[in-house]
Amino acid sequence: MNNTNEMPKKNPLGFQLNLKDFEKATDEEKAQQVRMSESMTFFKDGMRRLRRNKIAMTCLSVLILISLLVTFVPMVYPYTYEQQLGVAQGKRIDKTYNNLKPFEYGKTELEHIANGEKIFPHIFGTDAAGRDYAIRVIYGARISLLVGFFAAIIVLIIGVIYGSVSGYFGGRTDLFMMRIVDIIYSLPDMLIIILLSVVLNQVLTPKIEGTALDKIGTDMISIFIVFALLYWVSMARLVRGQILSIKQNEYILAAKSVGSSPWRIIKKHLLPNSMSVIIISTALQIPSAIFTESYLSFLGLGVSIPMPSLGSLASDALSGVYSYPYRLIIPAIAIWLIVLSFNLLGDGLRDAFDPKLKK
Amino acid sequence: MDSKLALYIVKRLTLAVVTIFLIITITFFVMHQVPGGPFLSEKAPSPAVTKALEEKYGLDKPKSEQYVTYLKGIMKGDFGPSIKQRGREVTTVILQGFKVSLRLGGTAAVIALALGTVLGSIAAIFHNRMIDKIIMVVTTGLVAMPSFIIATLLLLVFCVWVGIFPANGNEPGGLILPIISLSLYPMSYTTRLTRSSMLDVLSQDYIRTARAKGVKPSKVLFKHALRNAVTPVVTYAGPMIAYIITGSLVVEKIFAVPGLGKEFVSSIINRDYTMIMGTTIFLGTLIIIMMLVSDILYKVFDPRIQLG
Repeated sequence: MNNTNEMPKKNPLGFQLNLKDFEKATDEEKAQQVRMSESMTFFKDGMRRLRRNKIAMTCLSVLILISLLVTFVPMVYPYTYEQQLGVAQGKRIDKTYNNLKPFEYGKTELEHIANGEKIFPHIFGTDAAGRDYAIRVIYGARISLLVGFFAAIIVLIIGVIYGSVSGYFGGRTDLFMMRIVDIIYSLPDMLIIILLSVVLNQVLTPKIEGTALDKIGTDMISIFIVFALLYWVSMARLVRGQILSIKQNEYILAAKSVGSSPWRIIKKHLLPNSMSVIIISTALQIPSAIFTESYLSFLGLGVSIPMPSLGSLASDALSGVYSYPYRLIIPAIAIWLIVLSFNLLGDGLRDAFDPKLKK
Repeated sequence: MDSKLALYIVKRLTLAVVTIFLIITITFFVMHQVPGGPFLSEKAPSPAVTKALEEKYGLDKPKSEQYVTYLKGIMKGDFGPSIKQRGREVTTVILQGFKVSLRLGGTAAVIALALGTVLGSIAAIFHNRMIDKIIMVVTTGLVAMPSFIIATLLLLVFCVWVGIFPANGNEPGGLILPIISLSLYPMSYTTRLTRSSMLDVLSQDYIRTARAKGVKPSKVLFKHALRNAVTPVVTYAGPMIAYIITGSLVVEKIFAVPGLGKEFVSSIINRDYTMIMGTTIFLGTLIIIMMLVSDILYKVFDPRIQLG
C-alpha cells in the first residue's frame, strides 16, 4: 500500500493536474510575498524625485527664506513702509532724512546716537520722501509674492473647473466652451490688462471707498480681476486635454456603469490623474503673474501709493539713477531672484511630476 | 496646398477676424464705462463747455450710435481726434510713432531670432560641454528678467557708469540700447527652444544615416538638422512679437524713444481716451496678425503636424 501522505506520482504524458501546484506555501515562500518597500503614491514619487534635484531644492529654500523674511521682518522692524522719518507732528519737515545713503542717519537720530542711544540703521538708506528703503523693498517683495500666489489660485480654480467640465461633457458643450477659450487665448493679454486697469481704477475707486477692499487698493483688485478674466485659459486647455485622454480609460466606464455622478467621477478619478499637469502649470503661473504685476507697477498702474511694489520701486529709482543707482539695483535683483527661483522650481516640478519624462 | 490646410487657414482667419472685432468692441465699451466721460478728470469745466465738447466729439449721442460711427471710422483707418493733444488725429500719431517702433522692434526681432538660432545650435552641438553650460546659465538668468529690468540695468551700466551710449533714443546710436534690451529675452528664449529641438533632431536616425554615408558634417548640420530644428522657433515668432510690442512700451519710456510705445504710455498717464483706444486696437490687431502668420507658417513648414 502507498503512503497516503505522499503525492501520487504524475504520469508525465497525462492530463492530470499537477498536485504539487496545490501544496500549501511554506513560510519561506510566504516571506517572499511580503511587500519589500512601502507603496509609492504618485505624489510621494514626485516629491522624492524633486528632493533629488539640487537646483530645484535650492530655489525652494530661497523662496521659503524670502517668504519668511517678508512675513516676519515687518513685524519686528522699527520702521514702516509709509513712515516718512523726517515728518513729525507739529514740527517742520526734517529734510536730512530724505535720500540718506545706506547706514547714514538723520539729524535727530545722530543726536540720539550722541546721547548713547541705539538706533536701528537704515540698511539701504531712505528714499526721496525720507522712508526707510529696506522695509519698502521687503514690502514690495511681499506684494509681488502675494500677487503671484493669489493669481495662481484664481487661475487654478477657474481653469480646473472650466477645463474639466468642458473635457468631461465633450461634444457640443466642449466645442462651444473651447471656442470661447480660443478667442480669449488670442486676445493680446497685456494690452487688455493695461486697458482694464486704467478703467477699473476709475470705476472701482468710488465704489469700494471705506470697505475692507479699500485697503487692498483698486489697482490690486483690477489686477486680480484681469487674471480671473484672461489668464485661466491656458490652464483650462491643459486640463481639458488631459481629461479627454483619461476619459477613455475603462475605469471611467466602470465608474459610470455603477452610477457615479459626473461630479464624483471628475473629483475622484479625472482630476487626481491630471494632477501633474495642474501642479506644473500652477507653479509656472506664479512667475508670470509676478512679471505682469511688476510690469504694471512700473508703468504706474500697479499697487497704489504709498504701497510699494518692486516694479514701482524700480520705476521711482529711475529718476535718481545717477546719484542713487543702488535703489534701482536692489529691487531689480529682488524681482530677478524671485522670478528665477520660481522658473527653476517649475522646471524641477515638471521633471519630477511629468510621467512622460520618466526614464 | 491640400484642402485640410486651406480649411485650417480659413478657420484661423475667421477666429482672427472675430478676435479683432472683439478687441474693438471691448475697448470701446470698456472705455465708455469711465464715469463722467473723458472730460471730467480735468479741472471740471463749466456745464456749457462740457456740453459743447461732448457735441464736438459726438458723445451726446446714444452709445450704440457712437459705436457704429467708431467702427465705420476704423474701417477707413480713422481713429478720430485725440482728446488731449489738440488738433492731432489719433491715426497720424499712431503712424508716426509706429515708424520708429517698427525699426526698433523689427531689428530686435531679427537679432533675437538670428542670434538665438545660432547660439541654440552651438549649445546643442557642444551638448554638456563648457560652452553649452555657459549658454544655458546665461539664458536661464535672462529669461527671468522682465524687459524693464534689463532696460534699466543696461541704462545704468552703459549710460551712467560707462557712458558709451546716449540715454536718449533721439541721439545717434541711441537706439542701440533699446534694441539690446528688447532682444535679450526673446533671444534667450529662442536659444533654449532651438537647443532642445536641435538635441532632439540630432539624435534622430536620419542624421546618423547621413553621417554614415559620409555627408560632410557642415552639410548634415545645415541641411538635415537645422532645417528641422527651427520649426518650433517659427511658432515662437508670434508670441515674440507680442512680447516685443509690450516690452517696447516700457523700453521706449525708459530711453525716451519717440515711438508708439511711449505715445501709449503717456496717453495712459494723461488719460487720453481716444488715443488709448486707437493704440490698443492697432497694437492688438498687429499682435493677432503676427500670431496668425506664425501659426500658419508652422503648419506649412512642417506637414507632419496634425491640423486641429
